[in-house]
Amino acid sequence: MFAYYFQLGLRSLRRHPALTALMVMAIGFGVAASMITWSVFRAVSGDPIPGKSSQLYTVLVDNRGPQYNDGGEPPEALTYTDATALVAAHKATRQTLLYYVAPSVLPEGDQSLPFIAHGYATNADFFSMFEVPFEYGGAWHASDDEGRAAVAVISHELNQQLFGGADSVGRGITMDRHTYRIVGVTAHWDPQPRFYDLFSGNGFGDPVQLYLPFSRAVDVQMDTAGRNNCGSNVDFGAGRDAWLHGECVWVPVWVELADQAAAKDYREFLTNYAAEQQRAGRFHWAPNVRLRDVNDWLDYKHVVPPESRISLLVALGFFVICLVNTIGLLLAKFMRRAAEIGVRRALGAPRREIYHQFLVEAGTVGLAGGVLGLLLTALGMLGVGLLFEPEIARLAHLDFSLVAMTLLVAIVATVLAAFYPTWRAARVQPAWQLKSN
Amino acid sequence: MQIKPILTAMRHHKAGTVLIALQIALTLAIVCNALFIIQQRTARMSRPSGVDEANLFVIRSDWTDKSDAQRIDAQMQADLIALRQLGSVQDAAPTNSFPLRGSGWDNFIKLQPDQVKMTTDAAMFFSDDHTLATLGTHLIAGRNFTASEIGAQRPRDAMHAAQVIISKDLARRLYPDGSVLGKTIYVSMGRGPATVIGITDTLQAHMISSWANAYAYNAVLVPARLLNDYTYYLVRARPGQLDAAMRDAPKALYAQSRMRIIDRKDGVMSFAQVRQRAYERDLGMAILMGIISVVLLAITAAGIVGLTSFWVGQRRKQIGVRRALGATRGDILHYFLTENLLIGFGGVLVGAVLAIGINLWMVTQFEMARLSLVYVVSGVVVLLLLGQGAVLGPALRASRVSPVEATRSV
Repeated sequence: MFAYYFQLGLRSLRRHPALTALMVMAIGFGVAASMITWSVFRAVSGDPIPGKSSQLYTVLVDNRGPQYNDGGEPPEALTYTDATALVAAHKATRQTLLYYVAPSVLPEGDQSLPFIAHGYATNADFFSMFEVPFEYGGAWHASDDEGRAAVAVISHELNQQLFGGADSVGRGITMDRHTYRIVGVTAHWDPQPRFYDLFSGNGFGDPVQLYLPFSRAVDVQMDTAGRNNCGSNVDFGAGRDAWLHGECVWVPVWVELADQAAAKDYREFLTNYAAEQQRAGRFHWAPNVRLRDVNDWLDYKHVVPPESRISLLVALGFFVICLVNTIGLLLAKFMRRAAEIGVRRALGAPRREIYHQFLVEAGTVGLAGGVLGLLLTALGMLGVGLLFEPEIARLAHLDFSLVAMTLLVAIVATVLAAFYPTWRAARVQPAWQLKSN
Repeated sequence: MQIKPILTAMRHHKAGTVLIALQIALTLAIVCNALFIIQQRTARMSRPSGVDEANLFVIRSDWTDKSDAQRIDAQMQADLIALRQLGSVQDAAPTNSFPLRGSGWDNFIKLQPDQVKMTTDAAMFFSDDHTLATLGTHLIAGRNFTASEIGAQRPRDAMHAAQVIISKDLARRLYPDGSVLGKTIYVSMGRGPATVIGITDTLQAHMISSWANAYAYNAVLVPARLLNDYTYYLVRARPGQLDAAMRDAPKALYAQSRMRIIDRKDGVMSFAQVRQRAYERDLGMAILMGIISVVLLAITAAGIVGLTSFWVGQRRKQIGVRRALGATRGDILHYFLTENLLIGFGGVLVGAVLAIGINLWMVTQFEMARLSLVYVVSGVVVLLLLGQGAVLGPALRASRVSPVEATRSV
């Protein structure tokens, strides 16, 4: 029966081409607008590290006090002093600290021009904490951090650019005129948003190209290419040393904690650390610390651009209007066939069959709308670059799940929209219809 | 035209009436807000920067050797001489940032050294005595820096800005009812006081985020070369020679020294590109809202055409009877137009409330401004006209139904 109703559906689509075209277009445009904006939203609001996002916490300590902090909230990164002290304390399963760097890299050979590469000064725990995949070699060791070794990890992309993709472990790389020994090459790794460094505002930046030990970078006075926030009443003194040991914040710190109990313990440790600073006379206020896991941090930092949320909401509203439109048109289409329904009912068709037939017909319209929507979505994907910044636009793409979802949403929504018109169609009184004819 | 019979007739096709009214209401709600967003974004995009955009471009030069600040300073001074000597170049100046750049240094401005909260925030532009001429920004009071006042500092050094030039919006913010010229302000994290020696005409800050809207025209020019890992050179081309200057300038810099990196992709940017980049999101949003509005209006109109055609078809016999009883074609036309107008009024009434409601919700969610009633009123007019336009076709067809139809059975 389904196949027969499907055929009937197709035939009826052909019978009122204008009305059908209107419905198909409304559904197509509606579903395409929703899917395009959804794909962008999905890309910018996803969990960047699904398996572990609840075990990774970023740490904040208020080093400014209630008079100067931001409405009670500590600044959004740590000072060098606090960051190094917390990492050295080893109170979590793993702990890392990092800052954004942009050294000049000089490729080997006389003809090559130097270029700026982007990366992070961090420690060995970074790679295991954030599950960075390796193509060759691996992370440096904790002893390299302590020994302030001149080692580096480079990305798959940078390895391609510098060494043509060959195993470059053991070779040298020159950054800001210092040579570093490559110990590992990562596979392509680009979590979006870049949750571990929202402080620098690089949430959707290009993939990172290199990593080097934090201790070494500080030794060679590699400056941060990210933010440096000194607050409103911090005297940062004169010169690099005063700055380094002063109260400007520029170092994000992350810790890995296995479960809630560990998180509770760590929060206590943090509070004690702040209390200790208070006793030592550095802080003149009660401990004010924060421990936020990845998703809390993404929320707190409002990572999803408002443009993405507004456009998704507007597109959904647009889809709802298209569906209201479809309800009206289906009603017109079905009621035109009141006589036909009357005959069928009079010949003994139960209401269930009428429901069955018209819902299948609506599903056919939905399918046609979905196919059009798919074409428009594919077209729209090409245009996403016009509407959003390139770094966000490149995240939106048409994959299998989006194709399946486009079709599914179109069919399900149309069938839902068809319930009222179908109910009206099934209520047609056979006797009345037959008489009036 | 009698309204009562129309209302009675409507009761016989309640569902269709409600659906059209609902569609008009929702369309009005979304289109009003979309148009408002478009207006807000385009207003933002057309804000003046206060600089001579047509002839201005910027070069970013990263140093390959960042260790020796003195060498960097010498190189910067040599670079500037080389740039200013170019035939296509009118003037050039070094800086850390520029209007519309998006990121840079912003600093809390205070009037007293021991003030707890800032008076306001402002962009810091490291400048020299050529900066104003390069930007094409005029002084409206006071004087420019002299060459001897220009210092040099590394980013982590304490700032010694004994004199500063500030933008007129910042001046007004600091001293709303008096002249700030000659007064001291604190721009360097509470260290030394700085005397305001000049006030510029409009000059936009580098900050373009919405949080910085209140500070968007606050700028402080600090008389120093910043010896950072990189520098920007602002270059003003002679009129009509922008392309030539954009080609000549990087060559001249490389001729000075190859110990620098000028990114191939965005190392040299005309101010038009700077502006485009700054307002990319706003433009995208405006385009998207524009497309959605147009398609939405088209779909709503199509829906009205579809349903009204159905009604006309359904009522051919009644129309025939009315015509046979003496109704003119004009009467039939009027009937359908009035019917649509009544439905439209119902729709826009609900829609206006909905539009304002959505806007109020967005105000709390997205730091948006309050919807101006002009948009609601013009949206109402547009949708009523759209409804009348959409219904005109089917109504004309109805008016052509001949009285003979009355005698036919269906």
